[in-house]
Amino acid sequence: MTEPLLKVENLQTQFRTEGGLVKAVDDVSFEVQPGETFALVGESGCGKSVTALSIMGLIPNPPGEIVSGKIEFNGVDLLKLSGREMREIRGSKIGMIFQEPMSSLNPVLTIQSQLTEALRIHTDLSKNATNDRAVELVDMVGIADAKTRMKQYPHQLSGGQRQRIMIAMAMSCTPQLLIADEATTALDVTIQAQILDLMKDVTEQSGTALLIITHNLGIVARYANRVAVMYAGQLREVGEAVEMYTEPRHPYTIGLLRSVPRLDSEKGTPLAPIAGEIPDLTNLPSGCAFSPRCGWAVDKCFEESPLLEETSSGKKVACFEHQSVALNVQ
Amino acid sequence: MWRYIAQRILVSIPVIIMVGMITFTLVYIGPGDPAAIIAGDEATPEILEQIRADLGFDRPFPVQMGDWFWKLLHGDLGTSYFSRREITELITPRLQPTLSLGFQVVVLSTIIGITTGMLAAWKAGSRLDRNLMVLAVLGFATPGFWLAFLTIWIFAVNLGWFPVIGYSPIQDGLFAHIHSLFLPVMVNSILASAFISRITRSAMLEVLREDYIRTARAKGASELSVFLRHAFRPSAIPVATVIGASIAGLATGFVLTETIFAIPGLGRMLVDAIVRRDYPIIQALLMVVAIVLIGVNLIVDILYAYIDPRIRY
Repeated sequence: MTEPLLKVENLQTQFRTEGGLVKAVDDVSFEVQPGETFALVGESGCGKSVTALSIMGLIPNPPGEIVSGKIEFNGVDLLKLSGREMREIRGSKIGMIFQEPMSSLNPVLTIQSQLTEALRIHTDLSKNATNDRAVELVDMVGIADAKTRMKQYPHQLSGGQRQRIMIAMAMSCTPQLLIADEATTALDVTIQAQILDLMKDVTEQSGTALLIITHNLGIVARYANRVAVMYAGQLREVGEAVEMYTEPRHPYTIGLLRSVPRLDSEKGTPLAPIAGEIPDLTNLPSGCAFSPRCGWAVDKCFEESPLLEETSSGKKVACFEHQSVALNVQ
Repeated sequence: MWRYIAQRILVSIPVIIMVGMITFTLVYIGPGDPAAIIAGDEATPEILEQIRADLGFDRPFPVQMGDWFWKLLHGDLGTSYFSRREITELITPRLQPTLSLGFQVVVLSTIIGITTGMLAAWKAGSRLDRNLMVLAVLGFATPGFWLAFLTIWIFAVNLGWFPVIGYSPIQDGLFAHIHSLFLPVMVNSILASAFISRITRSAMLEVLREDYIRTARAKGASELSVFLRHAFRPSAIPVATVIGASIAGLATGFVLTETIFAIPGLGRMLVDAIVRRDYPIIQALLMVVAIVLIGVNLIVDILYAYIDPRIRY
């Protein structure tokens, strides 16, 4: 295997809230290879976005704080960089697309000034060159009439178009890593597919690795090479995307897959949601955080928290009972 | 845009007529008889009648009001009961002190208010922020006349840096002019800037929580650029509103300021006219104030469209 582009090791990010200390990201480790598409999956509030913001160095402090761990990017630990050095990486080496296209663009600045900003910050291109590049980028993301768009404001574009502009912005300096934090959640389903195809295309063209953060398992199946499933701030299962569907090993992953409606299921079959509720992050159950909702849980699960371990097939699972789970699922 | 401005001006005509009717009625039904004041203590009823007839007071109320509006339409604000001079002629020399004072206060309070507000937002939660905001609360809790007397007492009477009273027109030199208005400008600016400062701070802090600020940071923008380029303009709308409102406040505040500092401006003229029951002057000045306020509102509304491209009229 080649040297990973991004190596997150034992990352811990906490938030001090009125309800107490929230361990939003608790001992998370994963790697993203150059050029691959890696998906981080989990339900709302499981720490996916906080992981992404930690990588970007955009955790608002206070109340948030990265307590420990390493985020190596090209072999450099981002957590050790100064504010200035981190700014040089943001927008040039790592781009990010956010969830809300409606509010993620500045309403009072033109598309051109927002699109050329990263270029102006990170390159020495002349004004004309940056403007030409901006037109090129708008063309690239498939918005017609690029020249007219330059003088327009975000409110003159549709949600899908704004997200295309966000992609153009994030890709303007040809980053090595593009983080898409629920980038299509707020869009119509038909537009979602277009935007994802677009992200896939532009990142493939430039060899950019794509870190997709989503709760949508359909997206993972279609676009990701590898996937990590997150629950209550911890990774539960990491492996090849295809394997997650064919041979899920963590009870939570199985629960997620079962709760997705399928077109080929018999009419009238009820969905099988995961029993129970997402735990309160300020007051996690002892042992494995998933144990109260888990059908496989044994006594040990309520006392000890399982660590992410590599199984014989090469994937990583954090579950004491993964072998019996595997037998059951087959 | 021009269409909108034309529309707004058209709509303000009935407003001005309403203001005119109300002020005319209020002054008409108010106590005090100008004829008695003009004639003095030893006037006979015949002389009073004569004066009333001369001034047109013996005519019915609607006729008097109609006559006043008719003249107003022709740019005639009427004649002062006392000096017997045209009011337009009386107002002209009074314009400079008031306008100069107003201009300086608006510029200075905007600069002080926005700078301190932005500093407080930049260092939100710090000691600087807390101190600035305590000052701001003091600023709008302090009565203007009290601060005026205090500054006169300290800087004019005791230290002698500024004249206690007196006004030096621009024609006599810009420095002397600014020097003579320094204390009233400072007092009004400090008080007006307190509100602007607080609003700037809270508007900035609100905008800094927006998603697009995070986007700007994700692009690698420096904190200063995030602050000035991305956050300031979106937060300028409430600030513009407050500056507009403080101009409205100044229009009435100047009555006090000009009286305390003995500045021969419109505010002072209004007080003198009220004391003498010089109705035409009172009415004329109230009309001027109303028109200024309507104009300020219009300018603020146009500014909105300039600040935020989503607002189009």
